[in-house]
Amino acid sequence: MILVVDMNSLKNLFGRYEFVLSIVAIAEELEKCVVKHYLEVNEKTLNDYDKIILSGSALKNTVTLDQTERFTWLKDCGKPVLGICAGMQTIGLVFGGRLVKCREIGMTEIITLKANPLFSSAFKAYTLHNYALEPSNQFDMLAESAKCVQAIKHKQKDIYGVLFHPEVRNREVIQRFIQAFREPNTIKLTR
Amino acid sequence: MRLGVLFSGGKDSTLALHKAAEKEEVVCLITIVSENKESYMFHTPNIDVTALQAEALGLPLIKKITAGEPEEELKDLEEAIAQAVKDFEIDGVVTGAVESVYQAARIQRICNSLGVWCFNPLWKKNQKALLDEIVAEGFNAIISGVFAYPLDETWLGKQIDPNMIAKLAALSKQYGLSPSGEGGEIETTVLDAPLFKKKIEVLDCEVEAKGNSGVFRIKQVRLTEK
Repeated sequence: MILVVDMNSLKNLFGRYEFVLSIVAIAEELEKCVVKHYLEVNEKTLNDYDKIILSGSALKNTVTLDQTERFTWLKDCGKPVLGICAGMQTIGLVFGGRLVKCREIGMTEIITLKANPLFSSAFKAYTLHNYALEPSNQFDMLAESAKCVQAIKHKQKDIYGVLFHPEVRNREVIQRFIQAFREPNTIKLTR
Repeated sequence: MRLGVLFSGGKDSTLALHKAAEKEEVVCLITIVSENKESYMFHTPNIDVTALQAEALGLPLIKKITAGEPEEELKDLEEAIAQAVKDFEIDGVVTGAVESVYQAARIQRICNSLGVWCFNPLWKKNQKALLDEIVAEGFNAIISGVFAYPLDETWLGKQIDPNMIAKLAALSKQYGLSPSGEGGEIETTVLDAPLFKKKIEVLDCEVEAKGNSGVFRIKQVRLTEK
């Protein structure tokens, strides 16, 4: 079962439709999902899930970037994680990276830098961010655009981040993440 | 949060408005009237009906006319949103965008430059599910434009109902049409919806159609009790 973490602030849960449910619709074609707000997630709540996806959020919603202490569970959870946009930025900050101003909005050319299970070669993807991540040396850079790092993977852990929004035009990225870490004998579940 | 809805009077922007009103406070509608029939951003039949829809909803309407030149129309949209910020103190904008990254990216850039939120509650929603929701919520949405084979004038003016959704779903499989018209195959006009305090009655209309392209032009309307 997949945990999809809603990265919108409590005051702006209206963003759940576009940034969270769009991911759930793609992921649930393969496995059952449960959505929890990031304030509801801690080490104990993670026990019920075998994979975690951190959603993106609205451009003006940067609340999780100021609350990285809420995400220290990422360091020891031992589960595959995919962070999308604000999700990737938050992962990067938790592991010692830093954010720099960098605006990309719209379809953007992405170049793969390192072989990985999620994507390959050059492709276009939808971007929506005002900040890019300069990851710490704990991460490999998997992809970049002309302006910034677009995807990362932790060198020792199955923690991935993509700055682009795969739920918009690259749904296969989400599905490949799920398939890459599928438990043997997992069957497709529907609501 | 005070929100303004980018409103064309069709099913998507009206459904987006209803979702916004469930969570936040909708304080105005913003309509862009494009004089360019080829505009990817704004063109839609019966855009003038938005004035009566706004009255039915009890919401003020900011209406901006644009010549519809590709980038100039974005300046006109930015001015309209800026006016909504000034006149109605909106914190954010709501759109009915479902699939178009062309529209969504441009509106996101404008909202970002103005420092307001941008919400797209229908973004990436399954298109048949979107139509089902419109019917389930009690919308009276009619087909006001058809622009693709094998659609023709027999569809114009008809209300979206379960039978029509089944037909559109079948055409989607057979011809690759987008069931809810995301590729510009159909345009719609909403005559009634749950938040309408009165419904719109069409008193006079005309059909202009040729082959697989046609519009249901509403010429005279009035509000009536529900």
